Amino acid sequence: MKNWTWLTTITLITIILVAGAYYLEVFPTTKKEKLTVSTTTSLYDTGLLNVIEDTFEAKYPIDLQIISRGTGLAIKLAQDGDADMMLVHAPSKELPFLTQGYGVCRKIIAYNFFAIVGPETDPAEIQGLTTLEALTKIVEAGRKRQAMWISRGDESGTHAKEKELWRAANFTWEELRSETNWYVEARKGMGGTLILASERSAYTLTDMGTYLSHSTADLIALKVFISQEKELLNVYSAIAVNQTRHPHTNFNGAINFIKFLVSDEGQQLIGDYGKNEYGQPLFYPAVKLLQESNDPLANLIREYALFNGTECPAEYRYGHSELYD
Amino acid sequence: MNSEIIEIVLRSIYVSGTATFLSAMWSIPLGLTIGIKNFYGKRLVKGVFNAFLGMPTVVLGLVLFLLIRHAGPFGFLNLLFTPLAIIIGQALLITPIMISFTTSAVESIDLDIRDLAKTLGATEIQASLAVLKEAAGGTLLAFIASFNRAIAEMGIAYMVGGSIPGFTMVLTTAIALQRDMANIELGLTLAAILLSIVFAINLILNLIQKRRP
Repeated sequence: MKNWTWLTTITLITIILVAGAYYLEVFPTTKKEKLTVSTTTSLYDTGLLNVIEDTFEAKYPIDLQIISRGTGLAIKLAQDGDADMMLVHAPSKELPFLTQGYGVCRKIIAYNFFAIVGPETDPAEIQGLTTLEALTKIVEAGRKRQAMWISRGDESGTHAKEKELWRAANFTWEELRSETNWYVEARKGMGGTLILASERSAYTLTDMGTYLSHSTADLIALKVFISQEKELLNVYSAIAVNQTRHPHTNFNGAINFIKFLVSDEGQQLIGDYGKNEYGQPLFYPAVKLLQESNDPLANLIREYALFNGTECPAEYRYGHSELYD
Repeated sequence: MNSEIIEIVLRSIYVSGTATFLSAMWSIPLGLTIGIKNFYGKRLVKGVFNAFLGMPTVVLGLVLFLLIRHAGPFGFLNLLFTPLAIIIGQALLITPIMISFTTSAVESIDLDIRDLAKTLGATEIQASLAVLKEAAGGTLLAFIASFNRAIAEMGIAYMVGGSIPGFTMVLTTAIALQRDMANIELGLTLAAILLSIVFAINLILNLIQKRRP
């Protein structure tokens, strides 16, 4: 018994030590500077950021550390200085982030459209309707217990968008929220919310990227009813953390990464991503488009995501006005 | 993809293995002391450690997160979202397991050994070491059970590790992430690896328990 015990002990210790040594050897903790990026889930879960990370790290001596947790938490982490920059999609939450002095150097990097998805059977009969009509129909059907709506319910960018949509359709979100027999808060990420909606045959609001990846993997059986409408516009921005407030943050790294994202190369990566796998891009580059003066889509983005006609008011540019030339 | 899987597996073993050894540094001496010594409130102390056996990992994860984030009291250590943060968290998580296992291993052997060693002129520490030697099987059991709990937990790794790809992503958080990324096959592969590790460890555990006198 004794020998056997010692043999096992030695074997176990050896396995752990060898694994540890090998791990440190093969995957050394890089001497490169770290850049912690807190991001909305849609950019990461679709795999886009993986591609961007590989290209970016090959060019710069920077180790990107990506934390993917939805816009609500992404903002919280950046606000507390636990991240160096953030990638988010909620203009209504981004403006206070700048004005309260937490963020600087905001740049719009990409856009796409949200989609209203639901069960094939379409119990609320929203096929062919506009966004706001469809939402009204869903509420009516919901109150008759004929349809269900699943909300992210997690203060994410998609959740913020959902609340804006209810307001635009003349509903009070707080009131809908109390009607728990048809309005359900998932309090999950987008993937989990879609799976829940699919299991319960319910409608929900989603970003196209997460919808396509889950649909292709056969994890959900939901159909897109409405997308590509101006109310469903979805704009992604990058914001660096204000170094005056959090001196320990890697501000220069953040600026480098933002510059890469808005460069021709970065924009091309964004625009090409998903074409092979899904037959359509998941995100559209926004930089060139915003330079067009009279494009209707560009005007829409300006109306939705600019603050007083600018991506980032001059006082929050932190000495990097070259980003806005 | 393959080197990514290997990286995650090795990181998991490294993180949880280091956590186990780290925890052993205080848990084994403590367990030994509680097992050998008779003192007022001994049952209470043992009861407390037993109660913490079922510590939910997310609760510990949340508390640690609040402590080590930049705005928290230990923010200056820059621990948040590093492997070391997970190691410390898991070491704390498994402390009650290690102490309970060590204590009962020590209590199950004949304490006369200690008195015998002492009559033969051994010091307190030498006598304790003699007891520990007798309880080797039980102590090993403590190690294995602790490692098992550490490598299978997710709450701490997620909360304080952040599951950063290439840095703090371990098996459990990787599996959860693959679901979110709709990579079911990769998720299943990682799940199979984690299960194999846990099963293999349990097998060893059972063998040891069977062979214990």
